[in-house]
This record gives sequence, structure tokens and C-alpha cells, in this order.
Amino acid sequence: MSVNLTLLLVMGVLYAIGIYLLLERSLTRVLLGLMLLANATNLLLLATGGYAGLAPVFHKDIPAAAYNDPLPQAFILTSIVISFAVTAFMLSLVYRSWLLSRADQIQDDREDLRVARQDLFDAEEDSEIAIEVSDFHENNQPAASREMIRQVTLKTAKARGQHPGGGHGPGSRPGTGGGA
Amino acid sequence: MSVASLAPLAVALPMLGAALAFVLIRHPRAQRRVSLAILALTLALEVLVLAVVWTSGPVAVHLGGWAPPFGIVMVADQFSSLLLVVSSAVSLSVLVFASGQGAADGEEGGPVSVFHPTYLILVAGVSNAFLAGDLFNLYVGFEILLTASYVLMTLGGTGSRIRAGITYVVVSVVSSMLFLIAIAMVYGATGTVTLADLAVKLGQLDPGTQHVLHVLLLVAFGIKAAVFPLSFWLPDSYPTAPAPVTAVFAGLLTKVGVYAIIRTETLLFPTDHFNAVLLWVALLTMVVGILGALAQTDIKRLLSFTLVSHIGYMIFGVGLSSVAGLAATIFYVIHHITIQTSLFMVTGLVERRGGTSAILRLGGLAKLSPVLAVLYFIPAMNLAGIPPFSGFLGKLGLLQAGVADGSPLAYTLVVGGVVASLLTLLVMARVWNRVFWRSTADAEDPDPVLLATAPDASGGRSMRALRTSRYVDATEGRFSGEDEIPILPRMMVYSTMGLVALGVALSVFAGPLFELSRHAAEGMLARTPYIEAVLGAGAQTGVAP
Repeated sequence: MSVNLTLLLVMGVLYAIGIYLLLERSLTRVLLGLMLLANATNLLLLATGGYAGLAPVFHKDIPAAAYNDPLPQAFILTSIVISFAVTAFMLSLVYRSWLLSRADQIQDDREDLRVARQDLFDAEEDSEIAIEVSDFHENNQPAASREMIRQVTLKTAKARGQHPGGGHGPGSRPGTGGGA
Repeated sequence: MSVASLAPLAVALPMLGAALAFVLIRHPRAQRRVSLAILALTLALEVLVLAVVWTSGPVAVHLGGWAPPFGIVMVADQFSSLLLVVSSAVSLSVLVFASGQGAADGEEGGPVSVFHPTYLILVAGVSNAFLAGDLFNLYVGFEILLTASYVLMTLGGTGSRIRAGITYVVVSVVSSMLFLIAIAMVYGATGTVTLADLAVKLGQLDPGTQHVLHVLLLVAFGIKAAVFPLSFWLPDSYPTAPAPVTAVFAGLLTKVGVYAIIRTETLLFPTDHFNAVLLWVALLTMVVGILGALAQTDIKRLLSFTLVSHIGYMIFGVGLSSVAGLAATIFYVIHHITIQTSLFMVTGLVERRGGTSAILRLGGLAKLSPVLAVLYFIPAMNLAGIPPFSGFLGKLGLLQAGVADGSPLAYTLVVGGVVASLLTLLVMARVWNRVFWRSTADAEDPDPVLLATAPDASGGRSMRALRTSRYVDATEGRFSGEDEIPILPRMMVYSTMGLVALGVALSVFAGPLFELSRHAAEGMLARTPYIEAVLGAGAQTGVAP
């Protein structure tokens, strides 16, 4: 099977530009990138059907090698319809995003940022130790560990103080325990 | 001509239902009834098909009467018809759940009226992917379900959904593009896209070409199935969607990717060439996924990470490419579709009951709403793999298959599987401790809804607890309706109960189910039943065993 070199080159260029645009942060460019990728893929499908200039459909007098395979063209039609629908939908998403945030940019996920910011050491996990009120128990511990408990307690109390409505119940106890 | 020839109706019926639901878009009640009836009918039909295929083996339906390599063919073998039944059962209960939510909140005429038709199209796409007998039809099935999922993902068009939706759409489109490129190359190399025909012809290609095609397909399906290096889109996009949508996505969409990987590995490329790669990928998916879950403080995001992690188990079984491994994978897929969906549905209920899905803002739900606590506890322990449940049986099957394989890599995977399972237990217990077990007063920043609602009284009253503007500051805008809205509508609670019960039933009937899985795995690894069903007996002379 011989392949049309022009088609191949165009396809390669489309893929290259498409991938470049896809990696941009601007949504419109990403969308354009997707469209170029879709078209490049359509060309690839077209290339599998044989080269240009052959008979378009099968007729019983034509030898098998002399007509163009119609199946890839059917694939391309399906693929065009799908990418058309998806492009329209993407466009509406981009527009909606512009309406909501006035920015044609891919937004960061707030929850992602929050998880990335959180401490490796979760004070809340260990706050139970600090609630231990028995002095007797505390004196048994080495001084360094007592100091650590005090630090943690202070930190927890501070963290809880920032939340409205978190100051009642057992949550307020570590603050007094730490000060003692 | 048997009942199994009706299998394509599993695609056609939901499509018809979607059309009817579109016509009834101004009549929400009629729309709900039609969608539910259609899905129930589809489920009944698929059970019939499964019953026939269980004994007779794969059945191929030649659409339009065209001979196999040329026409479009739909194939129901044991694996695909089993998946059809489970996916329809799950999507039916999620539809009941969503209908309960819609009926309770009275969101009629809003964007939610698009939900039912779109949902049915999604179901049709999933069925089409399971039944597809050629690569291009598989692609079309993927596109149907993806396009429907784009709409469902961005339902309502709020800021966070648009943000997540864009990521989701771009990633999905790129993976579909890769799939289409793979189809073009496969067609260029062999001149056919019928799976059974490819099974014969791909083996005759030059090994280099085979590897290129194989890797292309694996990457395309790997993105859809969310295996490790290709999984970052999933926890980013799933949690923002409405609760029923997340539930059905988590249950079905990634499994369609896993299904495609299994077909690729068994039917198209039965060689062991990439098995080591698959095993490594499986290990990384299991461990990295569950480590991600450890860092999360939102139940939906946490569950999305466990979803990624447990995809690793399925890939583990595929990578072993033994009957035992594949059978365990099939069992695990069935188990995981049910359990993951029911966990997300419970999370939807928790969100309604407690006002949020942020773990730090919740507490004391075990006392406030014992029903929810039980509904969470059973599937959570099931997912973690605690002995009497199907999660344990599936993992046990996989670990046994790994030990039977005996290679050092397989043993590494066995250890990794156990570690991931223990970490899942840790994550699930953490949610349990904070959301259900501790007292409400211990919550760091309790949600107003949680503080305002009184504990449910016993029995039926728990589902009648009310959420009104009296309880919540109207400026928040979330629950500022005039009417009293039931917090836990009965339909939502009962549908969740139904799915949790199905999960338990999978444990009770694990014996026959495992038998069926083994049967299906043997057939898929032998390949001849499938190929002969499509191409006719004697057509597979060129197949190397």
C-alpha cells in the first residue's frame, strides 16, 4: 500500500501543533488543540483507506486493488460527528467558565491546594494524649516528651481557636491543660 | 435463534427510553416512571440473556444480517452478559436514588430534567461497550457513554463542576483520540476491526507492529480505567459531580475501561509480552492510590482515591494471565462495581444528613442516624476485605492466583495487595471514627445542618427528619426553601439498602459466582469459543493456542 506523503506531513504538523496547544493553560487554546488532534486523526484514518484517485466504491467489474476502501471513510464520518458534538460542548463549558470566573484559564482545585498545604504532622491525631489531666501520669514522662505534649496542645488550641463554633465541648480543654 | 439474540436490545431499550424521557421533559413524574420501567425491563432481559449464555457459551448477533468480518456484530459471552446484569442492577438502583432525590427536592423544570434522558444514554453506552464485537463499535460505545457523562458531570453548571468538567472532558477526549489512532493503525495493519477476526490476524503480524498496537490500546484504555500513571484526572473530577452521578461513574465507567483491557489482553494479544509491565502498573496503582486516600479529608475524594487503588487489584489479575487470576479479576470487578457505588450513595446520604461530606465537619452520625451508620459500615468493611464479605473472597482469589504464579514479581504484588488492603481498612476506619463514632461536639467545625437536626427517633422517623429554612441560615442559600424537605427520602434510603443488600448477596452467593467467573475466564483464555461464535466453526484454524 502506497501512502500519500502530503497527507502524512499535514497530519504530523497537525499533531505537533495540537499537542502544543493542548499543553497551554488557556482553555480556548486547549480546545483548538483538541480540534487539531481530531482532524489529524481523521487524516490518519483516511490514509488507511488507500491513496487518492482510486474508484470510490466497489463495483463487481473493478479488481479489488483498484478501488478505495470505503470503511475508513465511514469511520471518519462518525469521528467528525463525535468531535463536532464534543467541540460544541467544550465551547459551552469554556463560555460558562468565562461567565463564572472571568478567566480563560484552567482553574486550580481548591481542595487540592488545601491538601497540599496541610501539615505532615496532624496535631488532631495526637491531641488525645494532651487531654490527660492526671498530673501523676504526666510526671512519669521524661521532660522532653512533656515539652512536646505542651507544644502540641498549644498548637491544637490555637488551631481550634480559629474556627467559629469549635470552642465548646472537650475541644476547649487542651488550652487550659497546656497552660498548667 | 435463542433469547440471547435479543442482547442488542440492552442497547436499544435505554436509547428508546432516553427518547421517551426527552419527550416527557415537562412531566417529571411520568419521566421518572418511564425511565425506571425501561431500566427494569432491560435488567430483566439481561438476566434472561445471562441465563442462556451461562450454559450455551458465547452468542453472536449479526446486525443487519451481514456476514461476520464485514457487518457489525454484537457478542454476548459469559463475561459481558454478567457485567451487563450487574451494571444494569447498579444503574437501576442509582436511578431510584436519583429519582428519590429529585422528587424530594422538587427540582422540576431545572437542569435536572435533562438528567433522566442523559442517564439512559449513559446506560446504553455502557451496554454497547460490553456487547461490542468490533473495535469501532467499542469506540462508539465509549463515546456514547462519555458524551452522556460530560453532561452529567457538569449538571447545573456551577463553578466547581465546570472546572472539574473541563479537566474530565479534555482527558477523556485525548484518550478517545488515542483509541481512534489505535483503531486506524489496527485497520491499516490488518484490514479488519472485528475483534474475533483480529484475534486471528493480529497474531500473524510482525512482532514490532503488534507491540505498537498493543501499547496504544493499553494506554487508551488505561486512561479510561484510571490505572496509576494515567489516573490523576479521576480524583480531581469525580467528587464535584452530584451524588448519584458520582456513584454511577465510580461503579461503571472505570470498569468499562477495565473490561476493554481484559478483552485486549485475552482476545487480541494473548502473548505474555506486557504482563510484567501490567503487574508493575497494578502494584503502583494499588499503593499510590491508597496513599492518596490517606491524605484526604473529604469522603468523596477519599473514595475516589480508593477507587483508583482498587483498579490495581483488577489489573493484577489480568497481568497474571492465568485462569485463576482472570477468574478472580472478573469476580472482583463484579464486587467492586456494587460496593463502590453503594459507598458513594451512602456518602450522598451523609451529605444530606450532615450537610457536608468534609470529614472534619462531621461527627456523631452513628447516634443521629443509625441507619446511615449501618449502611456505611457494611460496604466499607466489604471494600477493605474483612472475611465474610465478597471483598475478602475476591482479594483471596487474587492472592492465591499470585502465589500460584510463584514469580518474585507476583509475590511482590501479593504483599502490595495485602498492604493496600490494610491501608483501605485504615482509611475506612478513619472515616467511621470521625463521621459516625465520635460525638458531634468533637467535630472541628460542625456543619450547621448537623448541629441543628435532632437525633432521629427509632425506625421510620429517621427518614422523616426535616430540613427547612428554620434550621439553616437563609443567607447560605443552600437549604433556604419554604417547604419542608425530607432529609432522607425513603426512595434514596431504600435504594441504597437494596444495593448494600446486593453487595451482601454477592458474598452469600460467592460460590456459584466464582464458578461462573472461572467458567468465563477459561472461555476467554481459550479464545476459541468466542471466535467460533462470531466467525463460525472452523474459522479459527490460524489461531495459536
